[in-house]
Amino acid sequence: MSDHLYVGKSVPRTIETDKVTGRAIYIDDLKRPGMLYGKILYSDYVHARIKSIDTSKAEKLAGVRAVLTGYNIPDVRVGFLKDQSVLKKDVVRQFRDEVAAVAAVSPDIAEEAIGLIEVEYEELPAVFDPVEAMKEGAPLVHEVDARGRPAKSNILPLPWNFQAGDVEQGRKDSAYIVTDKVSTTWVNQCCMGTSGCIAEFDSNNNLTMYNQTNVIFGDKGRISEYFSQIGLKGKKVRVINPIVGGSFGTKLDTDIYEFICIQLALKTRRPVKILFDREEEFRALPPRQPAMFTIEQGCDSEGKLTFRKVEAILDNGAYTSWGATTPSVMMMPMSSLYRVPNVSFKATCVYTNNIYCQAMRGYGNPQANFAVETSMDTLSEKAGIDPAEFRLINRNQPGDLTPMRLKITSCGLKECIDSVKQELDWSEKKGKRNGRGVGMASLIHVAGGARVTLSDGHGIMIKVDEDGFVDVLESGTDQGQGSPTVISQIVAESLGVKPEDISLTFGDTGLCLWDAGTHASRHTFMAGNAAIVACEKAKKQILEMAVELMPRLIKGGFKKKKRKDPDFVEPDLDYSLISDPENLNIRDRMIFPKNAPDHPYFKMDVSQVLRRGLHVGTGQSRVVVAEAFYDPPTETLDREFKGNLSMTYAFGTSGVEVEVDEETGEVKILQLIAAHDVGKAMNPTLLLGQVYGAVYTGVGYGLTEEIKLEKGKVMNPNFLDYKLLTAMDVIPIEPVVIEPGDEAGPYGAKGVGEPGLVPTAPAIANAIYDAIGVRIRDLPITPERVLEAIKNRDHII
Amino acid sequence: MKKVSISFTLNGDAVTAEVPVTWTLLRTLREFFELTGPKEGCGAGECGACTVIIDGEAVNSCLYPIPEVEGRTVTTIEGIADSDGTLHPLQNAFLENNGVQCGFCTSGMIMSAKSLLDHKPDPTEDEIRTSIAGNLCRCTGYVQIVEAIEMAAETVKQKG
Repeated sequence: MSDHLYVGKSVPRTIETDKVTGRAIYIDDLKRPGMLYGKILYSDYVHARIKSIDTSKAEKLAGVRAVLTGYNIPDVRVGFLKDQSVLKKDVVRQFRDEVAAVAAVSPDIAEEAIGLIEVEYEELPAVFDPVEAMKEGAPLVHEVDARGRPAKSNILPLPWNFQAGDVEQGRKDSAYIVTDKVSTTWVNQCCMGTSGCIAEFDSNNNLTMYNQTNVIFGDKGRISEYFSQIGLKGKKVRVINPIVGGSFGTKLDTDIYEFICIQLALKTRRPVKILFDREEEFRALPPRQPAMFTIEQGCDSEGKLTFRKVEAILDNGAYTSWGATTPSVMMMPMSSLYRVPNVSFKATCVYTNNIYCQAMRGYGNPQANFAVETSMDTLSEKAGIDPAEFRLINRNQPGDLTPMRLKITSCGLKECIDSVKQELDWSEKKGKRNGRGVGMASLIHVAGGARVTLSDGHGIMIKVDEDGFVDVLESGTDQGQGSPTVISQIVAESLGVKPEDISLTFGDTGLCLWDAGTHASRHTFMAGNAAIVACEKAKKQILEMAVELMPRLIKGGFKKKKRKDPDFVEPDLDYSLISDPENLNIRDRMIFPKNAPDHPYFKMDVSQVLRRGLHVGTGQSRVVVAEAFYDPPTETLDREFKGNLSMTYAFGTSGVEVEVDEETGEVKILQLIAAHDVGKAMNPTLLLGQVYGAVYTGVGYGLTEEIKLEKGKVMNPNFLDYKLLTAMDVIPIEPVVIEPGDEAGPYGAKGVGEPGLVPTAPAIANAIYDAIGVRIRDLPITPERVLEAIKNRDHII
Repeated sequence: MKKVSISFTLNGDAVTAEVPVTWTLLRTLREFFELTGPKEGCGAGECGACTVIIDGEAVNSCLYPIPEVEGRTVTTIEGIADSDGTLHPLQNAFLENNGVQCGFCTSGMIMSAKSLLDHKPDPTEDEIRTSIAGNLCRCTGYVQIVEAIEMAAETVKQKG
């Protein structure tokens, strides 16, 4: 058994007390002296030529300090494929196109000024269905490509094509083959705190950007690149996170409003804040990438998978953010969820005049998982094998090298499936078709970093002051997951101090070392490993100091005693116990000899040593500071999209029991088992919070959430019409935490931020099928869809 | 814009706000009094992040016209700890049981729960869920929030 004092314990989030007293400062609350308020004018049309923009009335409004359009700022293309301008010129291609922006002394004046801008448009034909958009003769969303050459089609120059083994051979080896067509739709990340930032230039044109990104160095890099194109090459950029009101993928890319805010600040020479309102958050924030899949899978007569062939079409929207890169993550479940020897996965991203997309918790995994796990169920039925048994037959196992060349190390998938079976009473409840049913789905996800850029590093700096208090400069960000608590636990454990001794600074490019970003469920794993190394270094410095100074401190103490009490006899001590740093340890702020932990004289508060180390005499004074940069020995994907991009992988299984009302189409979740191989829970209470939250979002993805787009327009940009689950939607979640421990993880931990969401929707769909014999292949599974499916079922019979 | 002078009790203090007549209580709290605990998550009474207690009842301050506040007693998240900084049992329980993640909904969530506990010290789970039905949270799935409120109710009961 471990004798850890803090790791593995449910340490409360006391370090974040400001969040329960109202004192935590979010971007909403942050003000800079002289700050102006920015507001954006969006397009009135989904696809149109801009004939004219008249800003004269807005400019004359008292309190307005700047009005910008695409015609008075440098025409620089930004974004992943450099396919859009900051403010749109000539043509708008979606309703959220930014046409003009205002900075004013108050939000009210900025809003009023926006209303005074007159834009004349000439409507162009638009296309909203990606399948239609691929056809010859479809209206082109972009007339030219990123390099300025005439565009020939709406298909993005991003051919996602993964091949492994021989699919045709796999097909021949199959006793059973199924084909399913499934689809997932747009959902909004619904951060409770809306998007926003403050841009502030100093007198030398160096920028401080207060924003909510969880990739602070990526953001800095993109802004620096932008600078080099707008005449600010060489100017410095510092990105600082305030407290962040949720992220869920929205803060990975640098969004257009950030560039607009920079332009407004540059123009006005004043700090400028842009803060989205809720409607803007729904209309102008890129949501989760939707996808359509055709998935074909086969197995042999024993139920072993023989091949998996998937074709995906992704509605990219009008421009390109990270949504178009979700196939890079989809490849992971497509190739590596369950053992499947022959795999083909092709994804085509298509421009339309719909809203464009980005990352959301799980990246492309929830979409792909819905396809794979739907197919696993239909194939198991065709093969006449119980779906749970079918998954066990094909489960991933430690030591596997998957077709994507992922190296599976620790893998608790069997335990996860077994737990779900047991907790759900699977064998008893399965196959009754009486309105109640059970279903399951599993997942694989990166859980030890994700080498999506050349460095997957994470830097950390630790300084220990003479009072024993520890400052940790942490290059990751916290968007609510609880990293301040978890990292302070790991530092306390590794360095030998108490969590309350630690102060953390997150998310500041001016103070922190480089980090690839707080995404891909990587933070605890990467920061934890970096922290352990940094703590070892700092601890070594302290113990070297202790060897030198402890005998002097102890003998000095005896001298003092002797002066006070002449009869005091100095004890005869074995100083060899503290003569070698290797023989000393620090725990809970106390330095002590490993061989005599309770020694009456050799146990000393760490601050005594540190203070003496600082105030010791000319030329000998020293401080304790250490840094570590952890960049794991993983691989970037090669040209075939293969490579071991993570140090370890998360596995988990959602099991659901539902009751379906055939009259109303309502689906009630009676039980939801979320079994996850987490390596090791660093903080069990916080870990459960990750699972609960992710599962709830997964249930929303499965049953209620949907951005309703009509001809490119978001029709439900508010919480009345967009159905986020509330506290009244009681989902009886029972988490099962499997802790096999992972060799590469800090204290055995794996990432756990995203997994809970991933298999939830397909597990619900599979349970509905078990309950009433209808398979819903399109998310969300609304009562209307269930009723429609029931109608079709009965019609066929 | 025409300003009004509104006097009321805010977190135990007699205060007067001079603000445009069209302002809401939320805007007055955030901009005039610089109390940033109540948050604007939607501005339309749909998310509950702005919840404060007025004369004992939890309300969405983003919908509450400032003239209506005259003479009333308003409590925000900033006003529920003891004057020496000792946290209210709800605040402690939210920290203890991970009822707070990103924290954006937390101020409103705690105020809704406080209003419940002030009226009903021993609520059922259903009553707890009903009390926060108007407070949206994306991080937690509400599970540990409901548990935290139960824990706080227990503490309040023990304290008498």
